[in-house]
Formats: sequence, structure tokens, C-alpha cells
Amino acid sequence: MTEKTQGTSRVKRGLADMLKGGVIMDVVTAEQARIAEDAGAVAVMALERVPADIRAQGGVARMSDPDLIDAIRAAVSIPVMAKARIGHFVEAQVLQSLGVDYIDESEVLSPADYVNHIDKWPFTVPFVCGATNLGEALRRITEGAAMIRSKGEAGTGDVSEATKHIRTILGEIRALSAQSPDEWYVAAKELQAPYELVAEVAQSGTLPVVLFTAGGVATPADAALMMQLGADGVFVGSGIFKSGNPEARAAAIVKATAAFTDPAAIADASRGLGEAMVGINVADLPTPHRLAERGW
Amino acid sequence: MAGSQPPVGVFALQGDVREHLAVLTALGADARPVRRPEELEQVAGLVIPGGESSVMDKLSRLFGLRDPLQQRIAAGMPVYGTCAGLIMLAERLQDGIAGQQTLGGLDIVARRNAFGTQSDSFETDLHIPALGDPPVHAVFIRAPVVEAVGDQVAVLARLEGGDIVAVEQGALLATAFHPEIAHEDRFHRRFLEHVAARA
Repeated sequence: MTEKTQGTSRVKRGLADMLKGGVIMDVVTAEQARIAEDAGAVAVMALERVPADIRAQGGVARMSDPDLIDAIRAAVSIPVMAKARIGHFVEAQVLQSLGVDYIDESEVLSPADYVNHIDKWPFTVPFVCGATNLGEALRRITEGAAMIRSKGEAGTGDVSEATKHIRTILGEIRALSAQSPDEWYVAAKELQAPYELVAEVAQSGTLPVVLFTAGGVATPADAALMMQLGADGVFVGSGIFKSGNPEARAAAIVKATAAFTDPAAIADASRGLGEAMVGINVADLPTPHRLAERGW
Repeated sequence: MAGSQPPVGVFALQGDVREHLAVLTALGADARPVRRPEELEQVAGLVIPGGESSVMDKLSRLFGLRDPLQQRIAAGMPVYGTCAGLIMLAERLQDGIAGQQTLGGLDIVARRNAFGTQSDSFETDLHIPALGDPPVHAVFIRAPVVEAVGDQVAVLARLEGGDIVAVEQGALLATAFHPEIAHEDRFHRRFLEHVAARA
């Protein structure tokens, strides 16, 4: 028999494949992690403050305390993700050593490098990265991202940016698929991505990695909207634990994500959930406070 | 496969459904996603994909699939489970989350996430006598293992250390690894043969 190989692209991208159709929930305590798991989360994102609080409190947002991540890992058996700052490869090294299952190189935290993202290939742990358009997604995949999430505008409860970003990424893939091969060279130039990857997407009509969506999802109908638009799954950040009844809302979003084509099931999931998170209209956010513009 | 074979399904409430549908379709099967009891009635066999077994359990109960699935399994419907699908088919489960249930059918004890964190996930080649050459390239992703098997269960594959990672009992087939993401279709062929034998 032969030896085992770890940290391959297939293994990294494969875990994201297994998360498809699921909901990944932000949690800030072990108790919240248990609530998320009980509600049917497919994974949890361990962090110190949900995006709505990062937005409200300001300051520099960084990787979570290892004790918090350990406590959350001990509380659940589903995969645990954690966030590193854009370009902060040492935070990523630390998270890998803590045994997290996925690292989110996230614009929700304050960037550590305004030029370079993390070179993700040397890590055995897989990375998910945010993107607002196809070129950005392909640049992250080139750096080794094994999963992409459209960014949306985290911590707002306003789903409009998530809609814009998933529509943009999938629309650009459709447009690329319609091009003839002699147009792919210029497409690569315009997307600012390697020709080989552009050609692969043009031929397959899909990203080579799983595409989730994030940033502003607050209701079961929001989650089903993302799924009908073509997302493989949904991240919910502040939308659950900043709402009136997190247990019920978490379970309802899981149900609506699984039954995303069934309006009666979505209606049923939407009943009696109490207050949704208050929310901020993205249009009212001054440009420097828009997280989606971090990363390039 | 002949086009006259009955349709087969892939449990589609969560997991890598698309990859299984693609393998089955490439083998000539009429393969369909199954989310509702009415859809289950239309198929002669079912693949339960990789995913999170705790989520599949909750969703199968929430959408009324659990009882009809258990009835079909008891009535002899061929099922192939990969990873989370193996867990769903296990009669007994170690270290499930609170209240987690399985469908059962396979007289085995499964243990979830038996190898550690995602960084411990791995690929390896397995020699599987029942499938012949070449070896199976097996991808283990936060994979379970089979801790114990009953008398009626055939062990198809073990890792070098002895861990049981593929089993078969009658028309029920299960692997702890993921042929569907490794260009390996022999397990799906075997599943379709079970379906054809009962058509």
C-alpha cells in the first residue's frame, strides 16, 4: 500500500464540496457554537466579535484569542473555521497550528497587508477568501484559495451587496463561457487573472472551487435568494446572534437554504422568528466603512 | 448501462450531490436529486453523498424523508453511502451530536471524524480485492471509520493500520472515502448493478 498525502488541492477543495447546501454561522462563544450545531449549521466561524459589533465598535479587528478558538473547537464536532487578516500569514500559521478546519482570509478583519494576500499553497489547512467579482475570485484561487465566498457587506443585515456580488461573479462566468477561445487572452488581461485559469472557467462554465455567499444575509428568504441566484451555500454572520431569537432563526435559515426552491417551506420557516437584526442600509454607509472594498 | 434501467436518486438536502449525479449520469443512469418523499418514490436506488451527517439527519426528519427512507432500506432498496452517507447507514454511531440519529441498515458501528482535523484529511491508494486492479485512489475528508461489523457485513477495504473503510451488506454499500471526487466510478457501477439486479 502507498503512503498518505495531506493538504492536497483535492482534499482542501473537497471539504468545501461537502459543505454545499449548508449554512456556516458566525459564533463568538462555545455556547453559541453549540446552538449553531443544534440548529443544523454545517460549520461554524469562530470569531471574537460579529461584523455588526466590529462595525459599531471600530478599531483594529484581528484574529481571535486561541483560547476562544480552542473552546469552540471543544464544543462542537462540525468543522470550525476562523478568520485571519488579509495578508497576515502568521495569524494563518497560528490558526493552522490550533487545528481549525478552514481559514477565512477575511476583509471583515483589518487588513495586515494592503498589497499582498497570503500565499495559501504552503498550508495544509484550506482557505476561503472573499470576492466581489470574477477577477478577484480567480486571483484568490491563483494564490491557493480552496473556496470562494462572495463578500456582500458584512454586519449590515442589508442583502443588496451580497446580491450584487453573487450576480456579478456568476454573470461574468456566463459572459466568459460565451466567448470564443481567441478572446480568452484579452479576457485574462481584463480579469487580471492567469490565462490557464480563465480558459478553465470559460470551458467548464463554473469556478474550479465551491462558491458560497456572505455579507448581509439576515432572514430565511435572504438565504433562499442567494441559493436561487446560484450560490452553493450561505455564510450568516451577525444575522443570527444579533436577532431576537437566535435558536429559531438559525434553524429557519438552515431549513430555507435546503428548501430554497419551495416558497411554502420558506414561508413556514419565516414564521414567528421575532426581531431580525436591526440592520444598516449599505447606501447610508460612507465609503471608508465599506468592508467589501478591502481586498483586491 | 441500458437506458431501460429505472431511475436512481441522490439524497440532495445537503452535501456533494452534484458530483454523485455527474458520476451516475456518466455511467448512463437516469440520476435525479431526491429532496422530498414523492421524489424518493420514483427511484429504485439511492446514493447518500458526503456532507455533514448531523445536518443530513436533521433535514431528513424536517422534510419527512426519514421514515420513508427507513422503510425503503428495510424493503431492500440498494443504497450507496459515502462518508456522511456511511454514517447515515450505520446501525450504531459513536460520538454523534446530541440527539443525532442514523437511518441504519448496515450492521456496523461508525465513528465520525476519526482522523482529526481537516489538516489530517488525506489521499491514498487502496487495494480492494472486490474491485480488482488498478488500486482505488481514495480521498478521506474528515472521514469516519467503521469500528465494528456484524456477521452479515463484508469488509471491502481497510487502511494499512487496519481501519475498516468500505463495507457491503446485501444491497447496501458504504465507503468512508469519496470516489465521486477522484474520477473513480467502480463503486457507483457496483451500486447500479445492485439496482439492476432488483429491477
